[in-house]
Amino acid sequence: MADPVFIGVAVLTVSSAIVSLESRELIYGAIALAISMMGIAGFFLLLDSPFVAMFQIAVYVGAVAVLVIFTVMLVRTQALFSTKEDKGRKSAGIILMIIFIASIGAVFLVSGLNSQTFDNSKSQAIDFTAIGQQMLTYYSPALIALALTLAGAVIGALALARREEIEQKNE
Amino acid sequence: MSELIDYIIVSVVLVAIGIYGLVVKRNAVRMLFSLEIIANAANLNLIAFSRNLSNAQGQVFALFSIAIAAAEVAVGLGIIIIAYRLYKEIDVEEFKSMRG
Repeated sequence: MADPVFIGVAVLTVSSAIVSLESRELIYGAIALAISMMGIAGFFLLLDSPFVAMFQIAVYVGAVAVLVIFTVMLVRTQALFSTKEDKGRKSAGIILMIIFIASIGAVFLVSGLNSQTFDNSKSQAIDFTAIGQQMLTYYSPALIALALTLAGAVIGALALARREEIEQKNE
Repeated sequence: MSELIDYIIVSVVLVAIGIYGLVVKRNAVRMLFSLEIIANAANLNLIAFSRNLSNAQGQVFALFSIAIAAAEVAVGLGIIIIAYRLYKEIDVEEFKSMRG
């Protein structure tokens, strides 16, 4: 059976994910999303991958959450209270969510994955030298492509943010 | 000790919450939150299976996925700020010129 630490982290992650979508103010939603990402990082620590957990905290809690909070503060405050969704769509969404969880969860529970256990004797925790070696040898083309993608994303975001000024200059 | 199926169930629940947010919410920032939750559920699955098979490739894939998700958030927030400048609104049903 699951241990109490796992249950605690699972409850924290899922409940703060719900709060991030349902909170009244968007800024609290952004903070709840950061807490949910911390919970995912806790799962990574439980799964013996501390390097990915630290990467998750640095990227999601450090960069993405701060970026989202800055955007929320840039957008006018009244626009953030747009809870104009109708009741019918909301209840339909909840029913869809429950059907999804029940069906996919049932499929996984009856599948062979249910009997899989973590073999602690055979599998030691993967240390980061293995990750670094894989990244710089076999996956080096993917790493380069990822670097180019990130550079393209940064340039694209800058171009998007500056487009209005250029259009004004052209007029 | 928790097993593989526990992590899979948590990740299924997170994906369901993300799909609910994408279906119900009309606020563009909240839809971006939903996308993040779904991406994190996928990362959790990658790491859980990597631990189960004791293979470093799952962790490498998760690292790539986290970096791609960060780039996606940057571009998404840029688009939201542009749309806010144009429409003074972040409700996706008001973004008329983005309709097909």
